[in-house]
Amino acid sequence: MKQLLTLRVNGITHELSIDPWRTLNEVLRDELNLTGTKLGCGSGDCGACTVLVDGRSVSSCLTLAASVDGKEIATVEGLAPSGEQLHPVQESFVENGAIQCGFCTAGMEMSAVYLLGRNNAPDEEQIRAGLSGNLCRCTGYNQIVEAVAAAAEKMKPS
Amino acid sequence: MEPFQMIGKDVPRNDARAKATGTAAYADDLKLPGMLHGRILRSPLAHARILHIDTSRAEALTGVRCVITGQDIPQVKYGNWRLFPDTQDEYALAVDKVRFIGDEVAAVAAVDKDTAQEALELIDVEYEELPGLFDVESAMAGDAVPIHDHCRNNTSVNRKIAYGDVEKGFAESDYVREDTFRVHAVSHAYLEPCSALAQLDLDGRITLWTSTQVPYIVQCLLASTLEMRENDVRVIKPYVGGGFGGKMELRTWEFCAAFMAKRTGRPVKFTLNREEEFLAGRRRHPMTIHSKVGFKKDGALVAKDLKITLDGGAYNAMGPTATFLCGNFGAMLYRYPNYAFYGRHVYTNKPPASAMRGFGAPQSLYASEIQMNMAAEALGIDPVDIRLKNAQKSGDKIPDVATISSCGFTESIQEVARMSDWKKKRASLGPGRGIGIGCYSFISGGVFNWFNTQYPFSAAEVRAFSDGTVHLLTMASDIGQGSDTALKQILAEELGLRMEDIRITSADTAMTPQADLGSWGSRVTLMAGNAVVDAARKIKERLFGALSARYNLNVIYEMECREGRVQPKGRPDRGMSFGEAVAMVQKASRGEPLVARGSYTPRDKGLVTPAFGFGAQVAEVEVDRQTGLVEVKKMWTAHDCGTVINPKGVEGQLAGSIQMGLGYALSEQFVMEEGRTLNTNFLDYKMPTALDMPPGEVVHVETYEPEGPMGAKECGEGLASPTAPAISDAVYHATGYRCKDLPITPEKILEGMNAGGKKKS
Repeated sequence: MKQLLTLRVNGITHELSIDPWRTLNEVLRDELNLTGTKLGCGSGDCGACTVLVDGRSVSSCLTLAASVDGKEIATVEGLAPSGEQLHPVQESFVENGAIQCGFCTAGMEMSAVYLLGRNNAPDEEQIRAGLSGNLCRCTGYNQIVEAVAAAAEKMKPS
Repeated sequence: MEPFQMIGKDVPRNDARAKATGTAAYADDLKLPGMLHGRILRSPLAHARILHIDTSRAEALTGVRCVITGQDIPQVKYGNWRLFPDTQDEYALAVDKVRFIGDEVAAVAAVDKDTAQEALELIDVEYEELPGLFDVESAMAGDAVPIHDHCRNNTSVNRKIAYGDVEKGFAESDYVREDTFRVHAVSHAYLEPCSALAQLDLDGRITLWTSTQVPYIVQCLLASTLEMRENDVRVIKPYVGGGFGGKMELRTWEFCAAFMAKRTGRPVKFTLNREEEFLAGRRRHPMTIHSKVGFKKDGALVAKDLKITLDGGAYNAMGPTATFLCGNFGAMLYRYPNYAFYGRHVYTNKPPASAMRGFGAPQSLYASEIQMNMAAEALGIDPVDIRLKNAQKSGDKIPDVATISSCGFTESIQEVARMSDWKKKRASLGPGRGIGIGCYSFISGGVFNWFNTQYPFSAAEVRAFSDGTVHLLTMASDIGQGSDTALKQILAEELGLRMEDIRITSADTAMTPQADLGSWGSRVTLMAGNAVVDAARKIKERLFGALSARYNLNVIYEMECREGRVQPKGRPDRGMSFGEAVAMVQKASRGEPLVARGSYTPRDKGLVTPAFGFGAQVAEVEVDRQTGLVEVKKMWTAHDCGTVINPKGVEGQLAGSIQMGLGYALSEQFVMEEGRTLNTNFLDYKMPTALDMPPGEVVHVETYEPEGPMGAKECGEGLASPTAPAISDAVYHATGYRCKDLPITPEKILEGMNAGGKKKS
């Protein structure tokens, strides 16, 4: 039996009729065509599917869509809504060599956004801890850590 | 030499913006109308004969469109070593036998993933179980059941190298030692699980989008297994989420997607899940390495006799190349006047091992480097000094292997010793602290044409336009390492253009020039880079001709493309913009577009590679003597990759290599039981996180490689080798535990310390 739910994704309201066992990851990717959010493991270990639900970072692969009915979802596609001006986190990832294959990037960026939302001046150890739920096999993380530090600098209230 | 304009600059990646915004589409992001979803049924047994498969219940399930087994497909074996058809040992789906847990038995395509998954459970397979062979010793035993009928002793590849006289060498040595090392399997663990989408074209041909490092190899092998002609298959590489050697063969799901698209007339997509990747995915070869080595009293190497047995798992995959290369790497780094190698690739009932970053080098060099340190200690020589004494140099010839052209190895050892304050730390670090060294050499692409390609090894097409832009087309595959960006930088340098003047199309076998053997063996920068330079020079000749005619220039004038202009050197007034020059060429040929093809195939470069990268690394560790836990405090690296094309890109490769080497040394391993992989998720397969990465310092020892584009050679794959021996040596320095069987675990350290390892106080 399909279930009706309302999701606000990146500020846009979607009314959906879905199977109750569908994960948020499946609904984002398959129903809403928001394929920027990846699926790397399906068991909440790699962080590639990280999105924000009401401002909190979650693994979308472990989150049943029905459990976030009525909530605000933020995905990588919402970071730079105009498509012209990148979010400071995205900009720093581009400038600092933080991206190689790119498969972990969306999840890394969402974890960084979440971290910087709670701590606008994290030190290196705090950045590493904030990203420790996101696996990357290409970069060795160092340039990602540098990118997050650079983004914090850019986002610092003047 | 004139300073470069674009080479050596930290240009952001070509695709960084698309990846940062989530718009870059990977294979699993693609959808087509009417698309079916495929799933694969895998063997639950390690070794068994298939007696009967009944698919009727699966076919009857609502939503199922197609079910296939080995009996439904053309029975054509495949494998990358086309030059030696005997090595081609795999069917897309098991025909007679299953040979490992996870071996592919049947495939289903259905209207959605859930239905496909449900259908797998309705396929009934009757097996007759056979004895499983889970290690090379039992597989090679005289009475062992052959895993493949054609291979009686389960040894599928033998490789020998010999030069000089090792026996005479040992007789002349003052010090001889013999050791056995065992190295384990690890996972590529690329973040993007494999995925492939096939569509039947209107004319009955196939288009396949797939997560691959080798579009051309997939095109050729898919065509042969489908019994189609090569050009009837078009392979497109979308963005690829990492490969590291794990995506460099034709794979079952690529075949099944194409075959089922033909059968059903509908697009079919297969995407693996992480459990399948760990359970049945390719992995790095476990090896048993017997090494006997002889030295003079002063530390000069005299002879080495190396015997390596590779645990290949159930199929050859890229094992023949790994067998070949681990013998070549055994002769690298140091001058061995007498050398012998005997390598054997052995089938076992485990998931097939294959190419993985370093391709035989991390295993072979782990043994060489640790043994070098053991010998140094016995001879009373510092590990750095014994390396400097024996280090290979530019111009050295290694029979059967190579002549070394550019070589910054000695400088790398000196730099890394200087940076890390080696002598002082080696003498004075306190209890539980240690410092160790590891070195590497690696190829810039292979020479030996085992794929038997009929085309150049790499090719490029450059189209120049009168609006001042160019379009680069190449089958070289960016799988995340950044080759698209590096190739654009090379082209921009050669044509005097900016990055934004260049559009690139890479890796669509129907559109980009034939051919390219793909991304592996660190071949792209040198080989595809040379093809790009070749095409660009042909474009330049045409532009220079037009300029010469326009200004009636003396034929002796040197000309150049620089900062968007084409001009005689030293006479910028007699020049014109790049676009104007293109327009003139076109006018002179009545509108014909300005296009040039370039290619590269190594000539007269031996059998191994046109150029070697070199480097050295030092690790400092702290070992908790109560728990045996190792913390890597810092890594210093000095390496020679020729001209650095993109420093940030090179540093990214280096840090990524350290992450992988750290896992190889300390935390990553497959836990196996009777052929079954028990740790099939990232929780139990321990890959280093951001918190585990040590700080580092790096020096690029720049050399100029005459065979490389702008002097460049390999980078990033060789660096997969030194980290494990450097950490291992540092652990020995800290605790007295010498690891001869990777990985280094806390248990082994504590046991080693208790067994009377040297206690530093």
